[in-house]
Amino acid sequence: MAMTLEELRKLRETKKTDIQRREAEGKEIQVIVGMGTCGIAAGAKVTLDAFINALDENKLVDQVLVRQTGCMGLCHSEPTVEVIAPGMPGVIYGNVDASVAKEIVQKHIQGHELVENHILNKPAADILK
Amino acid sequence: MHFSLTDLAADITQNCAESGADLVELAIEEISPGPARQAGDVPSKAGGPVRQAGGVPSKAEFRFIARDNGKGMTGAELDRAMDPFVTDGVKHPGRKVGLGIPFLIQTALQSGGGWKISTVKAGECAVRGSKDSAASPGTGSVTGSAAGGNAGTVVEAWFDLANVDTPPVGDIPGLFRTVMLFSGPAEIVLKRKRQGGGDLDYEVKKTELEEVLGGLEDVSSLALLGKYLRSLEDE
Repeated sequence: MAMTLEELRKLRETKKTDIQRREAEGKEIQVIVGMGTCGIAAGAKVTLDAFINALDENKLVDQVLVRQTGCMGLCHSEPTVEVIAPGMPGVIYGNVDASVAKEIVQKHIQGHELVENHILNKPAADILK
Repeated sequence: MHFSLTDLAADITQNCAESGADLVELAIEEISPGPARQAGDVPSKAGGPVRQAGGVPSKAEFRFIARDNGKGMTGAELDRAMDPFVTDGVKHPGRKVGLGIPFLIQTALQSGGGWKISTVKAGECAVRGSKDSAASPGTGSVTGSAAGGNAGTVVEAWFDLANVDTPPVGDIPGLFRTVMLFSGPAEIVLKRKRQGGGDLDYEVKKTELEEVLGGLEDVSSLALLGKYLRSLEDE
């Protein structure tokens, strides 16, 4: 059954406390998915959906922004995803399918640990320490 | 090559969002031939009845129109955009391919569909460039004429859902959520129509959704937006 905008607004109201808390804290974690021709052809939409679901399931919706961008220039390793989190180096991950997306949410965003084998721009070793 | 028709629409609409436009519109129209499916019909991958009892292909069609009021292209720029071995080189220095529009053209032509691109370059003396698949399949036709109108580009493509070479339609609510997330345009309007196999006719606007949900990039908004867009397809 199709929802109306009014019903959507009510659903939103039930999350009001979340919104207020979020506005106070601001969002510092960003997940940016590359959605150029290359990304889309490699399945970036599935990756995007997987991030949204995984963040929702892990109750991280209040801390993370999910954004899209065009081609990041790394077409050989699509889908590519940039993850920016406080206290962590900014990382671009490559070949991020749905299962890697889950891993990034659990390891990188929750566990503050890089996901090996998918890092495209590995930061210098001293930054990683 | 893109896996589904919605991927093609997402790709082209992403170009619209990058064109400096403040208004992007995407219309998706699907026609499934009615009335009811007859004995002997073969369901297509997309789920609609595609072939009638006599084996005559029916007119099941998928069409999308992506429109922006961005910077537009000159006729020469449009020619280059259609060339798979040309890209502007800004985002990927050294790379020599740009496949967005070439994918669209190839998919349309291989599957009995068609395409049309009209564009007006900003700041030029209102020269309209237009190409389509009708006059000369395989290459498209070129018309260049002085014309009025505001800058921007319209890309239209249609696909025969009965053709075995047409990719599956794909996930339309997922496409809509992706398009709503494109950064750049202040307003994004999605128009959806389906005739036959459960009629649908609705319109969704980014500004309205933002008013209801707050920032769309919040994951909580995205989850609700996904639910909302899926509910609109369930009617």
